[in-house]
Amino acid sequence: MNDGSVSPEEVRHVAALARVSLTEEEAVRFAAQFAEVLDAFERLDEVPDTEREPELVNVMRADEVREGLSHEEALRNAPDSEDGYFRGPPVS
Amino acid sequence: MTELNAFLTRERIDPTHEGPLSGRTVAVKDNISTRGVRTTCGSAMLAEYVPPYDATVVERLREAGATVVGKTNMDEFGMGTTTETSAFGPTRNPVDTGRVPGGSSGGSAAAVAAGEADLALGSDTGGSIRCPAAFCGVVGIKPTYGLVSRYGLVAYANSLEGIGPFARTVEEAAELLDVIAGVDERDATTREPETTPAGSYADAATGDVDGLSIGVPTELLEGADERVVEAVEGALSELEAEGATVREVSLDSLSYAVEAYYVIAMSEASSNLARFDGVRYGPATESEGNWNEAFAAVREEGFGEEVKRRILLGTYALSAGYHEKYYRKAQDARAWIAEDFDGALSEVDVLASPTMPVLPPELGESLDDPLQMYLIDANTVPVNLANLPAISVPAGESDGLPVGLQLIGPAFGEETIIRAASALA
Repeated sequence: MNDGSVSPEEVRHVAALARVSLTEEEAVRFAAQFAEVLDAFERLDEVPDTEREPELVNVMRADEVREGLSHEEALRNAPDSEDGYFRGPPVS
Repeated sequence: MTELNAFLTRERIDPTHEGPLSGRTVAVKDNISTRGVRTTCGSAMLAEYVPPYDATVVERLREAGATVVGKTNMDEFGMGTTTETSAFGPTRNPVDTGRVPGGSSGGSAAAVAAGEADLALGSDTGGSIRCPAAFCGVVGIKPTYGLVSRYGLVAYANSLEGIGPFARTVEEAAELLDVIAGVDERDATTREPETTPAGSYADAATGDVDGLSIGVPTELLEGADERVVEAVEGALSELEAEGATVREVSLDSLSYAVEAYYVIAMSEASSNLARFDGVRYGPATESEGNWNEAFAAVREEGFGEEVKRRILLGTYALSAGYHEKYYRKAQDARAWIAEDFDGALSEVDVLASPTMPVLPPELGESLDDPLQMYLIDANTVPVNLANLPAISVPAGESDGLPVGLQLIGPAFGEETIIRAASALA
């Protein structure tokens, strides 16, 4: 995608990595839009290397047992469940 | 009156205690979790999602005596500047119902502007509180990163976003900030200000700007609509007349802010939104396929176009070979912008700019061209990249439409921007 053009095949490849199905129409439209957006992102090449000092500190707390969600609450929004477990699609 | 579509769910949540907000009504953006009340994020993916717990800010509202009156419309997962990417239709601007209210917290701003709530909560990742405040003619505050707990806020871009208040006056917005601010053990990124504020934030709304120094970054005036610039200059003259001094400053790094912001926000979004797989929540689909195929089908159905666009661009920016080119450079720009702000804010007390470089667009006007929509965030995104506080306050009108003045302060300098803005509204 670096010569300023993006093909619908490349969009579909990224969509597959991101686990998002696209219609043919979306893949075509996104290809044109992505070329424009990525072209704008190219300007970041001009940004000087900058010393970064992240202000990071560890935040600790005691590891204590507390009340959590009940099974019922945790499963309430699931489209499908079985015997108190989430039910998902077959892995392969 | 034309239906504004400001609320996605109108449901009353009663206070748990008496307090400073007793008798006040608050509208809550629909990406802030409310126990037992549907929280959709403006997405078909979460159309039926009912959180099993309250966000910390909602707990604090109820403890402070506030009555929640409903959940407000928003761009899907906060991804938009107009509230038009909502899966539940756009919100209209109460000032001119043919125009957008701004976004992504458009429903919250519209509800307050129209008097459907006294106060509201929104979230701001790249301007999502300040933009709709400006477009609807109300006050909106984006607090310093770490001042307000994000526990219970559905994540879009964690390193950039925060929750903040809307109100019709600066003092009322500050009162709401007083209630929601403060360290929360359930959000490890919250922290105490290095210097403790002298009083409450509301106490800072004195309207006294005598001796205040204001810097106007030239980069944030370039390219703005003349009608906007005129209104903003009028507001700055008012502040000068009351004893503030105004001068131009320059921050070279700001011209890279939009690009850096979108690389970082999209990258974080691509990771955060991976959780929407249709197993724990989300629409049931008929997909017969395996794990990957079923996920891809749910995500096709549940996500709107702008969300897909950002997930894909973020996935691309983080993929092997491009991470160094886009993501690392965006982080360099972020550090440079933070440094530039530190420098400028050691010379002046606050920085001022138009909140939005344009007047509120007409409905449907800006959806076709994503890049153009991203570019109108130019004045708000730098603040998120630098983790700073900012307020949008009404600066008057142009062609009968509201214009917002943005005031930016140093980290945990909420009192200073509240004091300055309170001279105007």
